[in-house]
Amino acid sequence: MRIKAIAGRIINQLRHDKRTMALVLLAPIIVLTLVYLVFDAANDAYTISVIKVPKAVIQEIKSNDDYDMTVQRDSKAEAIDAVRSQKAIAAVSVNSDCSKVKIYVDGSNASDAKKVRGVIEQSVGQVVKDDAKAAMEDVKDEMAANPMAPKVDLDYVEPDVTTDYIYGQEDGSFFDDYGAPLIGIIIFFFVFLIAGINFLNERKDGTLERILSTPTKRGEIISGYVLGFGSLAIMQTIIVSLFVVYVLGMIMHGNILLVLLVNLLTALCALTLGMLMSTLASSEFQMIQFIPVIILPQVFLCGLFKLTGIWDVLGHCVPLYYTTDALTDVMVRGCGIDDIWLDLIVIGGCALLFMAMNAAFLKRQRSV
Amino acid sequence: MNSIELKNVSQSYKKSRVLHSVDLTLGRGEIFGLLGPSGCGKTTTVKAIAGLLCPEEGTVQVLGKKMPDLSIMGRIGYMAQAAALYPTLTAMENLRFFGKLYKLSKDDLTARIRHVTGIVGLGDELDKKVSAYSGGMMQRLSLAIALLPDPEVLILDEPTVGIDPVLRAEIWRELRMIAEGGATILITTHVMDEAAKCNRLAMMREGRIIATGTPDELVKNSGKASIEEAFIYYGGGSHEN
Repeated sequence: MRIKAIAGRIINQLRHDKRTMALVLLAPIIVLTLVYLVFDAANDAYTISVIKVPKAVIQEIKSNDDYDMTVQRDSKAEAIDAVRSQKAIAAVSVNSDCSKVKIYVDGSNASDAKKVRGVIEQSVGQVVKDDAKAAMEDVKDEMAANPMAPKVDLDYVEPDVTTDYIYGQEDGSFFDDYGAPLIGIIIFFFVFLIAGINFLNERKDGTLERILSTPTKRGEIISGYVLGFGSLAIMQTIIVSLFVVYVLGMIMHGNILLVLLVNLLTALCALTLGMLMSTLASSEFQMIQFIPVIILPQVFLCGLFKLTGIWDVLGHCVPLYYTTDALTDVMVRGCGIDDIWLDLIVIGGCALLFMAMNAAFLKRQRSV
Repeated sequence: MNSIELKNVSQSYKKSRVLHSVDLTLGRGEIFGLLGPSGCGKTTTVKAIAGLLCPEEGTVQVLGKKMPDLSIMGRIGYMAQAAALYPTLTAMENLRFFGKLYKLSKDDLTARIRHVTGIVGLGDELDKKVSAYSGGMMQRLSLAIALLPDPEVLILDEPTVGIDPVLRAEIWRELRMIAEGGATILITTHVMDEAAKCNRLAMMREGRIIATGTPDELVKNSGKASIEEAFIYYGGGSHEN
């Protein structure tokens, strides 16, 4: 089968080219580790300014096992000032029955903010639970003493937490938000470049012409490329996904197979776009010049950064937007195929469109 | 039936005409030389025959069918001017890859590879990467690939550039044997002593066929002593200044 021959040849070429292989497999891991270190290297000692908080809650906050919490008492104005001047990471006030919690938090490092919020909410929750347990004991005692007493319903009230961000915002940047889109971006980047350069060399060295002088159909050439670089993409996806989930501990709520599917379609899209762009390039260096033209705008528009207005509309026009959307849905929100099928169709549709355009371009070289 | 037939073929490239109504007819078992200086349209003509270019005007027929035609392409061996090989692959991997594109069966392919690499004298170098090959070796490997499908029509665009005289003589012997088996061989060259070895020649200049005939006829008709002089005579002296 010719498709298999072309795919096999591509895999052979990659196998012989140890440097490219190392780049494809190790570079994403290095980049993701760096991103992880930059965004997630948070402190573990924090100062919280308390405005009016029950003693039990303060006790609970101080005694948490994960972080070293310092608590200082302030008036409301002082507390907010402390957060503003970054002397405290958060200011908190809790009413006496723990039903209302108000947190003012410095969200400039979203990862820190998230941790502190977690500690406060957990502590309040713990106190509420302890109180409920104590109340339960009271009721039990009462019932033991007087079995005829009317049954008392126990109220377990979830504390109502409101959070004000002094700096930053709630869904600010932290690795869990960046990680998912980055996987897609990295795969798009490498497959685009390596497939594009491979096809460019094929054109330049005359091997494409030689293939076209055999009875190989145009569709077989493109399918062979898809199969060959598709295998590379699958390998890269598996390694990168396993690394971020199991080594870096990124959240992974959804099905890893769906992640592979999204990334495979993304790779096909990148591959076919790379082949297409290679027709406009006459050297490897010109292929590199497509990075700022094709890749970087997509990185900014794909949803990695919050976009508003016209930019959000523009974002919908780039294929990577749908990859980012689908990956975030699956990995962070744990969505299934029902939620991402539209994304998959768009990415796959782009790949099909680029494939057809490639076939049309090849037609200029050989009309059958 | 003629193997190759070009009728009134014209082609332009970026507004300048590179072929002016070229007519050419090649019979079976013939070694036909296309002779002319660089840039005269030899490669364009050859590409039109190989099906890699659909001429703007005129028709190209190979083995009785209008080109390009996929079923015919399986019966054509084509060697381009550039070696057209994958430098990061070994010679064997290159051969196997192109062999598979011609849909040779596994046993056939192994036997053909042994045969064609024997002809070009590369039998012992097949496990080397092509990037470690010399220019002459690449040329030989490229020729071996063109011979791989046991073609009925063999198109060679300057095949013996960079090949030493001993091996060149050997390759010519093999080409004659292939032609005697009924295959048609079209060779482009600008080396005159090679032209003398062809059964028939066409001289090309600036996109036109200026003369055709056997080497002897061309020499005789021009009243000159050698093909080289005949070529200059037919060329009409655009290089005389």
